[in-house]
Order: sequence, then C-alpha cells, then structure tokens
Amino acid sequence: MSEAAAMHAGHAESYESPLTPESWGKLGMWVFLVGDAMSFGTLLAGYGGIRYGSADWPKPYEVLGIWLTAGMTFLLIVSSVWMVKGLAAIQRNDYAAFRKFIGLTILGGVIFLSCQAYEWNKLIFHEGLGFTSNPYGASLFGTTFFIITGFHGMHVTGGVIYLLCIWLRGMTGAYSANNYNSVEIAGLYWHFVDLVWIMVFTFVYLI
Amino acid sequence: MAEHHSESLYMTIFYYLLALTILEIIAALPNYATWLKASLLIAMAVGKASLVAMFFMHLRFERLTLGVIAFTPLVICVFLVFMLTPDLGAIAHKTTVPAQHTTGAKH
Repeated sequence: MSEAAAMHAGHAESYESPLTPESWGKLGMWVFLVGDAMSFGTLLAGYGGIRYGSADWPKPYEVLGIWLTAGMTFLLIVSSVWMVKGLAAIQRNDYAAFRKFIGLTILGGVIFLSCQAYEWNKLIFHEGLGFTSNPYGASLFGTTFFIITGFHGMHVTGGVIYLLCIWLRGMTGAYSANNYNSVEIAGLYWHFVDLVWIMVFTFVYLI
Repeated sequence: MAEHHSESLYMTIFYYLLALTILEIIAALPNYATWLKASLLIAMAVGKASLVAMFFMHLRFERLTLGVIAFTPLVICVFLVFMLTPDLGAIAHKTTVPAQHTTGAKH
C-alpha cells in the first residue's frame, strides 16, 4: 500500500515516514526525545564535572534523603506501567480501561509533582538549601540540584497536561483500535520522563 | 502497524524495574569505595533505562535505525564527559585543600 501510494507523485502527503511507517508523529516525537535526552545528558555531565571538581561537595543521600525520592521513583515506574496498560486497552477498544489507566497515569504524575513540591519546600524553608548557598558545603550543590530536578519537574508538568489532553480527547471517542497513534506518542514522552528520572535519581540522589 | 504487546510482558518488565530499584538502594546505603559504588549504580540505572526504552517505548519492536538514533545521545554524552576531563584535571584545589584540612584537624 505504501509503495503504491508513493508511486502517485501527485500525492506527496501520502508518503510514509521511513522509520515509523504507522505515523510521522512518532518519528517526530523520537527526534524531539533524542534532543531532549541531550539536554538532560548535558545537565548531568555538567553536574558530574562540577561535583568532581569540588572539594566540599555534600553527600547527597545524607543531605537530601533518599526514601521520599525512592518512593517517587517507584511511583513513576508504576505510572509507566499504567500508561502501557492504557495503550493496550485502547488497542483492543476497551474504552473504560483506557480512561481508567490514563487517568491513573495522570494521577501518578500529579502525586509525583506534589512530592517534589513537598521536598523542595522542606529543603528550602526548613533546611536552608538555597539556589546559591546552603549550610552543607559547595554552593553549586543547590544550584545543580534545583536546575536538574526543576527541569525534570517541568517535564512531568508538561506530561501531565499532555496526558490530560489525551484523556479528554479520549472521552469524546477520538481514539480506537484503529486510531491509537496519538496515545502511543504521548506514551513515548511519558516513558522518557520516567527514564530520565531513573538517571536523575541515580546521579543526584544515590551516588 | 505496530503489533500489540502482551500485558504479561509489561508486568515482567515492571518486576525487573522494581527489583533493580531495590538493588540500587541497597547498593547506595553502605559506605564503600566511591568508584565501585558509582559504577554499580550507573550500571543498574543504564539497565533500568534500557528496559524502559526497549519495552515500554517499544524500541525492541521498531526498526533498527530508530534504535540507533535513540542510542546516539548516550554516546554523545559519554563523549561529552571525556571532553570535560581536561578541565577537571586543571582544578588544583581538588587535591590540595582536603589534604590540608585533614592534617590541620589532626594536629
């Protein structure tokens, strides 16, 4: 079908995406995610460089605590599972399960953001971790912490809004077993946010 | 069309991710050689990230070229770390200041 469509030179819009035949949007999302991965990669490499060069870098797991963020990691992994279950549901035309699992995914994202808000509030107002100074040691500790977790938190916020749009459109019956590409593409973004958090959790909290 | 993946596979991946998260925390808690701890934790994190990319993001079932594109940032970031290394070597106080502190504290 694709080759036949491609044969008709007059119908340039029916050319298929070379790497993701089912949709151009998916290729677009992958290209975006690769670029976004470089943003996070650069931040983490910069973090590593600054930390390695610092003589008085605090031990993050002593200062930040890891139990809340371990819970947040678990939450994002679970929400990723809900996301794939939501996609699997729409692929078999199970609308009720689709709404349930995408709704749960959104809820997971909102709880994650609430935990992060609680953590930031605690660190800033109760433990004195500032953007340019802190009681533990190297001043850049706070700077890198807020930039990296903040950049990730903004991605989660974006993901929650994105999934909310998918959820609301799903309510109108926009998706079905024959038309689920938008859901899959939103899922790619959400899993990427989960993937990045796995890295952030390791580099910023555990090591 | 992408094939429909079984939900039991997703649950298997979930249990792997959960197990690796628990192992990461176990590896992070005790005090031991930093290089070993960092290597262990980074290896487990890369493993978890690969599981998410391969199965949740369906990279395992996509064209190989898409996988190569998705893998590129990791290669470039490793390269970036090596590019930063000369700068790190130029930071003199890294080796001198802590040594002075420890000797100062002991005497």
